[in-house]
Amino acid sequence: MNKTVNQKAWFFVLPVVLLVAFNAIIPLMTVVNFSVQETFGDNMFFWAGVRWFEQVLQSERFHAALGRQILFTAIVLLIEIPLGLAIALTMPRKGPWVSVCLVLMALPLLIPWNVVGAMWNIFALPDIGLLGRLINGLGIEYNYTRQIFSAWFTMVLMDVWHWTSLVVLLCYAGLVSIPDAYYQAAKVDGARPWAVFRYIQLPKLKYVLTIAILLRFMDSFMIYTEAVVLTGGGPGNATTFLSIDLQKIALGQFDLGPAGAMSIIYFLIILFFSWLFYTLMMKDEAR
Amino acid sequence: MAKITLQDIRHAYGPDPQREEDWALKKLTLELKDGGAYALLGPSGCGKTTLLNLISGLLAPTEGRILFDGTDITDASPEQRNIAQVFQFPVIYDTMTVYSNLAFPLRNRGIGEKEVDARVREIAHMLELDATLMKRASGLTADGKQKISLGRGLVRSDVNVIMFDEPLTVIDPHLKWVLRSKLKELHHRIRRTMIYVTHDQTEALTFAEQVVVMKDGQIVQIGTPIELFERPQHTFVGHFIGSPGMNVLPCEVKGGKAIFAGNHVPAFNAAAYKGNGKTLELGVRPEFVRFAGEGIPVDIVKVADAGRYRIVETRHQAHSIKLLVAEGAELPSGQARLHFDADHTQIYEDGWMVS
Repeated sequence: MNKTVNQKAWFFVLPVVLLVAFNAIIPLMTVVNFSVQETFGDNMFFWAGVRWFEQVLQSERFHAALGRQILFTAIVLLIEIPLGLAIALTMPRKGPWVSVCLVLMALPLLIPWNVVGAMWNIFALPDIGLLGRLINGLGIEYNYTRQIFSAWFTMVLMDVWHWTSLVVLLCYAGLVSIPDAYYQAAKVDGARPWAVFRYIQLPKLKYVLTIAILLRFMDSFMIYTEAVVLTGGGPGNATTFLSIDLQKIALGQFDLGPAGAMSIIYFLIILFFSWLFYTLMMKDEAR
Repeated sequence: MAKITLQDIRHAYGPDPQREEDWALKKLTLELKDGGAYALLGPSGCGKTTLLNLISGLLAPTEGRILFDGTDITDASPEQRNIAQVFQFPVIYDTMTVYSNLAFPLRNRGIGEKEVDARVREIAHMLELDATLMKRASGLTADGKQKISLGRGLVRSDVNVIMFDEPLTVIDPHLKWVLRSKLKELHHRIRRTMIYVTHDQTEALTFAEQVVVMKDGQIVQIGTPIELFERPQHTFVGHFIGSPGMNVLPCEVKGGKAIFAGNHVPAFNAAAYKGNGKTLELGVRPEFVRFAGEGIPVDIVKVADAGRYRIVETRHQAHSIKLLVAEGAELPSGQARLHFDADHTQIYEDGWMVS
């Protein structure tokens, strides 16, 4: 087969290239710009090479924030994915309750993130919040502004409340698209409910689960607004995740060089994990 | 293996059937012999899949009883009924190998691995799946997948009946032949009751020993392919089976003789007519019409070449009559006359054959 060579086609591609350049590459380049230079203001820049990168990668503060971030994302994924799947499995497939369930599920997703943070901030207050009063009333000492465990518990609970719905909706969409014949064949083959789940539903949900895991990974790894409103990174630095730390360095301390380097490292970590998840989940398809 | 009896079965999908149209399947009684090859044939929406799902237990009948070998199994689940079903679209377990797919129904029933292995290999050999046994099932072509579906039905040595719900829909035309003859061969070998649902007359007539023709939720005729061809009990069967379908012409019967548009036409059952039908029709297949020296005068309208024969469309007044003429035979020029074979010309009263 001969390929058609037509250089004029470049003119059609050019607008897209420009658009992508302006909304993605150029903003990213300013970050790259900061990450390899030093500035003392007045728009004066000095070449810094990889110094900021070395500094960030060796900083204990970065390691701690990264560790907290990975722990938080891991907990959230381990809860939200199985829970979302379980809820989707128990939701009705037809009848008037379908729309009721869907609307209820979609509600948390419609609330602005800072409002979610504010809601939980008040809801969990130990003296006036419903949840805080309740837990303390049970005789358990709970105060998310002072205790590390309470803060983490509230943070995870908030994220699960806010985002499990997304997993539910994705899984539900995947479940209803499985043709009836599969369930009928399973009945005829004498499959137990567990076998139906393991050999029909789970394999058919593979793609939506991959998407759900990727979305929840990326979002939770970048959590900022809700966490800032709820705890502001405290108590101490107990809930200072990567994005909160980055914000403190960039705008609190105005260390633009290290902040630029950290942004790029942050971005590469997300890119790497997304690639890893995707490759692992899709591994079987290549065979 | 079992004889299947449907007693006064009726089914409606809606909760409260009132009118006649609410019934997807009108009241019927049917007996299927052990080891037979049956086809349920009819146009889309005639109730054939409903009937199939009632037998398999995927649906519970609104009324009536279903018996396997005289035992009432109306309330039994598909698993308890011990049946196998092959669906329109191949159903396979994607993540399993072909081997595990075939072993699945046996393992679910807690059968020992040694026996599972023997059965799976035997069936895989029968279906010519040996070479792909250890491959992932999702990598197979549509016909390979459909063979797996079929194989999962065959591995169980004790299934009462194997059912096919338009199983060749997604198969390439040149492979349909192969699979169809495979099915026929399998039936001869294992002699298990098979029920095959289709809207394709070729599939039904080549596969089945007995064809059940259905229309609007009712059984119109049950018979061998030859009976359906030579003695259609209803004008619908005449239309639906055969290509082209039967000629159906308005007629009158006077004194035990059929009259079509003023012409006397001999019909084998004309004498049996008692004279109480509203609509009288005469049916004759194009295969049993020929040009003759005397008979019904017609004009030739159209000639279509169909390979070994030609389909000639003629016209008498406003009535179109088709006939088959062998390849190479002379066609009369101008005015022609038609003769109907008396043994294969039937009178129908309100659609049903007079007897």
